[in-house]
Amino acid sequence: MAEADTRDLPDESLYFYQDERDAKCPFAPPPGLRALNDRGPVTRGRIWDGSTPWLVTGHAAQRAILSDPRVSSDDKRPGFPYPNRAMAETAHHHPLTIFNADGADHTRIRRMMTRPFTRPRMEALRPDIQRFTDELIDKMLAGPKPVNLVTALSLPLPSLMICALLGVPYEDHDFFQEHASFATRSDKTAEDDRRASEALGGYLAALLQKKMEEPADDVLSDFAARIKEGDLTLPEATLLSMILLIAGHETSATMITLGTALLLENPDEIARLRGIEDTRDAANAVDEILRYLTVAMFGQRRIATEDFEFEGAQIKAGDGIVVPLPAGNWDPEAFPEPEKLDLTRKANHHHAFGWGIHQCLGQQLARIELQVVYGTLYRRIPTLRLAVDRDELEFRRADALAFGIKELPVTW
Amino acid sequence: MKVVVDEEKCVAAGQCVAAAMDVFDQREDDGIVVLLDENPPAELAEDVRNAAAVCPALAIRLEE
Repeated sequence: MAEADTRDLPDESLYFYQDERDAKCPFAPPPGLRALNDRGPVTRGRIWDGSTPWLVTGHAAQRAILSDPRVSSDDKRPGFPYPNRAMAETAHHHPLTIFNADGADHTRIRRMMTRPFTRPRMEALRPDIQRFTDELIDKMLAGPKPVNLVTALSLPLPSLMICALLGVPYEDHDFFQEHASFATRSDKTAEDDRRASEALGGYLAALLQKKMEEPADDVLSDFAARIKEGDLTLPEATLLSMILLIAGHETSATMITLGTALLLENPDEIARLRGIEDTRDAANAVDEILRYLTVAMFGQRRIATEDFEFEGAQIKAGDGIVVPLPAGNWDPEAFPEPEKLDLTRKANHHHAFGWGIHQCLGQQLARIELQVVYGTLYRRIPTLRLAVDRDELEFRRADALAFGIKELPVTW
Repeated sequence: MKVVVDEEKCVAAGQCVAAAMDVFDQREDDGIVVLLDENPPAELAEDVRNAAAVCPALAIRLEE
């Protein structure tokens, strides 16, 4: 781990990333981060360990830097700008994954994981997603109110979908949801991290072994077949499965909860959402909500592998680079009046899923889940509203991997 | 308009299919882009330009 005292002393006037969101406008990026958009597309900032990486905030600049071959995702390089202490302490024993591999290594690993997540396959799942959503809403309507939307809908829906895709029994959801949410916490220690990944890894390895004997039509069976063919080892397949299981839980769940809270504050946009019949308009509306909220607010982290000039900045080999995705998504050059939630805006060029070769693998699944959920929720429950004051909602800390709300009590 | 795709660069994000499903598809095995129509008709030109613009791997090139 790179210690803060080996770096230049931080300049106190530098913007501190991450600061917290403004409690009065929790759906908007932190005010300090938004202000950076006025200072040009590339600035220097300060992060939690006192180091001062480059912050690439402009939409066009984010695209350029995240496509630049002189920039690496290898989190073992000294000077890598980690999002938090937990990541810094665990990075040195991270295996090679889609997150930290570059070039040919990245392509090899990613191609083993892409098959189940293509757009046509996700479109074919739309009826299942609709059925699961309707069943969860039926249950909500039949039960007591108010209800916590997180446990009633936001978490079970993506969990059911990722379990069905992977071939993981949903009955075990208490066990893996606990470990999946643990993996993305910022306050964990290296020891906690080891224990959670051992528990989850042991569980998935046993399932993979079972799928080698009794294959089904699911991703784990796919990986099991590759193990038999010698393309993957059991530990590699376990890791790929773990990444998919964890990533499939937190982010979509967070977007369902936050998106609902955001829409409840924008009744005109809910009315507009209800009037949408065309699937492309529905897709567009979801992209605007993704742009507005950008839950992956810690941004993408990179490190320069050589010296180069970028947007007037002299970047040196070994310099950390942070790409705060909410800033690009609120860059007025790319999205005029970014503070306006406008479901008719053409917003599919947003960076909520990142940009470049590391762009989110599960994005088409997430998009269709959100199109179905937002489209169904206000149609089925037109009087849906918060059961507490907005001020009482507890938001996740800004250094969590995905921004979010812990509980969303709703009634109707 | 002529469309050229680079399979080596493609990362199977699926954005081209979402933007222009009559012009792009994804390979069953690994999701790599499949070009259905390398000379799409004028009425699809805007969708195809959008598909190229949202490809995160810059794997779609257009010759207008």
